[in-house]
Amino acid sequence: MESERVRHDADPPVPFTPDAVLAAFKAIPDLLARDAALIARGRWLDVDCLLGPSTQPFHVTIRAGQIADMIPAPVLMRSWRFAYRATPAAFAAYWQTMPPAGWHDLLALTKRGQATLEGEIHPFMTHLQYFKDLLALPRRHDFGAAS
Amino acid sequence: MSGFIEPIVGRYVHVEIDGETNRIYFEESGSGIPLVCLHTAGSDARQWRHLLVDDEFTKHFRVIAFDMPWHGKSNPPDGQYGSEYRLTTASYTATIRAFCGALGLDRPVVMGCSIGGRIVLNLAIAHAREFRALIGLEAADFQQPWYDTAWLNRPDVHGGEICAALVSGLIAPNGPEAARNETLWGYKQGGPGIFKGDLHFYRVDGDLRGRTCAIDVNQCPLYLLTGEYDFSCTPEDTLRTAASIPGAKATVMERLGHFPMSENPDQFRRYIAPVLQDILDKQKL
Repeated sequence: MESERVRHDADPPVPFTPDAVLAAFKAIPDLLARDAALIARGRWLDVDCLLGPSTQPFHVTIRAGQIADMIPAPVLMRSWRFAYRATPAAFAAYWQTMPPAGWHDLLALTKRGQATLEGEIHPFMTHLQYFKDLLALPRRHDFGAAS
Repeated sequence: MSGFIEPIVGRYVHVEIDGETNRIYFEESGSGIPLVCLHTAGSDARQWRHLLVDDEFTKHFRVIAFDMPWHGKSNPPDGQYGSEYRLTTASYTATIRAFCGALGLDRPVVMGCSIGGRIVLNLAIAHAREFRALIGLEAADFQQPWYDTAWLNRPDVHGGEICAALVSGLIAPNGPEAARNETLWGYKQGGPGIFKGDLHFYRVDGDLRGRTCAIDVNQCPLYLLTGEYDFSCTPEDTLRTAASIPGAKATVMERLGHFPMSENPDQFRRYIAPVLQDILDKQKL
């Protein structure tokens, strides 16, 4: 399942546990449900995509900016339009209150080979700020302070 | 009761560039050594408004910031509407030299950011005698692309939204929220295809690798400053560039990204004040 193009750095920039990263990612639908402004930003967005840690991504169903469903991949014969997957170390760094330089943006992570963006990325690009903010939600809810 | 009026004055100057008249909008404040400021790709001179009202600088420098043609309040030249805008090393250099000439500036200091930082390197290579000092922010001879600029101008993607969303990650986290929003607002207001056209210079036409070694800082001092959170022009890109230029001064700025003067003016001030003081001190020698 893990994308072959994701590079794992020998030394993660912040200490983390894979379980904590997974738990934080699973909390994103609830965090989004409480964020009316972010839902409003995505109000024109309907997409089925694959998001999450490269070690355990999730099929995410977004309707009108809200996460209608999110289940762990793989799901038999389930398709997706685009995938954004990052190493657990990358998510742990991205979610810090003050992320380390070069680990602070989704596209910084792709540039440094810690994440991959694949598939038909039109919905990702038309809603780029939405996805940046969506995947940053654990940062605003103390992941960095707790880890 | 009257409102607070900033000391910035905005005017238009008619400038002949490559055979066409350009009506260029510029803002200025202060008196002394002319300090011409160049905005980043896809934005405009409003990025410099904090420097323009800093008394400590404007008492020694005539700070001038202009909107490049096609940007901000500088419209495209009359004969160019409908054509695809593409900035080149030659056209960018010609624009800066023509603007400085039109204002009759005597060996100004030029400070540019991003594409403005890149073109400062070309000024140092090719026209050093015309300038008192050069300052490149987020400047390097080359940097690796990190997205496809085709996304910046197509009918099925909102240009303002995607330009702002792309560059939002170049701003350092946890800076002043209002300054971040204002920086991004500039990107939401650019004309269609202008950011992309600026990046033609950055990506296609402006590769200065192998040329910066010709820079003589004894002829014109060169200062390079890059924010640690700039993953487009990284600190490593700037330090590599500086290493190829004997005597160039390079500084990595903490808690800043690609837009130091607008994303966090107070933090930027800590780094630019010593540079401007150094330039002043050299005038007294």
